[in-house]
Amino acid sequence: MFKRLADSGPAIAITVDGKKVTARAGDTVAAALLAAGIDHCRTTPVTGAPRAPYCLMGVCFDCLVTVDGVGSRQGCLIPVHDGMKVETQLGRREAGR
Amino acid sequence: MAGDEFDVAVVGGGLVGVATAWGLAREGCKVVVLDEGDRAVRASRGNFALVWVQSKGLGLAPYAGWTIRSSNAWRGFSDLLKQETGLDVSFQRPGGFHLCLSEKELETRANNLRRLHNQPGIVDYKTEILDHDQVRKMLPDIGPEGVGGSFCPLDGHVNSLRLFRTLHAALNERGVTYLPSHRVETITREAGEFRLATPHGEIRASKVALAAGNANMRLAPMVGLEAPMKPERGQIVVTERLRPFLNHPVVTLRQTDEGTVMIGDSKEESIDPSGLTIGVSATEAERAVRQFPLLANVNVVRTWSAIRVMTQDGFPIYDESQTHPGAFTVCCHSGVTLAANHALTIAPMIARGALDASLVAPFSARRFHVQEAG
Repeated sequence: MFKRLADSGPAIAITVDGKKVTARAGDTVAAALLAAGIDHCRTTPVTGAPRAPYCLMGVCFDCLVTVDGVGSRQGCLIPVHDGMKVETQLGRREAGR
Repeated sequence: MAGDEFDVAVVGGGLVGVATAWGLAREGCKVVVLDEGDRAVRASRGNFALVWVQSKGLGLAPYAGWTIRSSNAWRGFSDLLKQETGLDVSFQRPGGFHLCLSEKELETRANNLRRLHNQPGIVDYKTEILDHDQVRKMLPDIGPEGVGGSFCPLDGHVNSLRLFRTLHAALNERGVTYLPSHRVETITREAGEFRLATPHGEIRASKVALAAGNANMRLAPMVGLEAPMKPERGQIVVTERLRPFLNHPVVTLRQTDEGTVMIGDSKEESIDPSGLTIGVSATEAERAVRQFPLLANVNVVRTWSAIRVMTQDGFPIYDESQTHPGAFTVCCHSGVTLAANHALTIAPMIARGALDASLVAPFSARRFHVQEAG
């Protein structure tokens, strides 16, 4: 669905739910997920409905993911780094992670 | 609504008012609920939602029995509401804790419980003092600073906003007239009926139940009653929704049926509901993290302050007027805990036209005047 611009930065290796994904330097986690064609990054705590990054500016909280073991991070506000471990968050966050 | 006549006008559309109104409607009364508008101080929208027994009654032993009566009636009360509305208010009574973060706090707690239980006429509600290891068996995520606490098997909690909505739905089902933006300015009694003046006209009723929270202080003298109040402010911190980790409510912290953790129980003298003292929220959060370290990096999604309805001595006031027969006060701090009593015990008394002294005599406001009490 999304195409990268020609001047995208150098490749950054991250994992999403354990699978290797190639992001680009300067990507936010949300942008990297969208560019990789991942269609949802979490499910809601109440109904379990799938959610994907939406506002991309820190407002809607629909892009919540677990980043390097910490839950409920806003993917659109966090730049990727090499070796980052991203996990989709199913339902409610587990306290303590 | 001028021209309509009601059996009972309930003044106040908060939890105490709507629980009483629903109970009156169940008794077959034609009921009107007179509420203020959305600018009113809405204590029933800001509460902590415990159905709580432990600690109740120090200084007035019958309050313990009255609270236990409501705690025991709560399951049936929530079942009745579910039958009528299809809504589940998520009442749970797994027993609750008061946690202590130092040996000194635990000793003070044990002494208070001893004083409470040593009062003549107290109903023993089986509160135990537990040490850290005993607490940990029931609250596995308690931190090392949680040296112990007290546990009462009668304590529970509920989804109080849903309770509020459910009671309003039940009133609607039963044909109760709910009138918002009808702040009662004056109450007079003429030719055997009450006339309540509001900005939208006069409401007439055979009986009046004052359930207006702190505003009962203003209203009660109009019908020969009194309600000395001392409102105070509390603050609550709410986290994001989390997977269930807390199987028992704690007096300062509970996990709701929807997963959020509510942290609260502060007390301030300020009665400005629009302000928030950040230091108080910070202290609440800090103590919560010491109790349950796994909360340390959890996101806070809301904080608010709300005004507690509080009588001057903290105990309920139930009275019937000697000078204005048919006028009653239903006034208390614990509108959630006592909702079952208000619906199932107080409302039938008002419907009959007389309070049952064997149950509620200790809660007359006459106690504020030592010479007249008795």
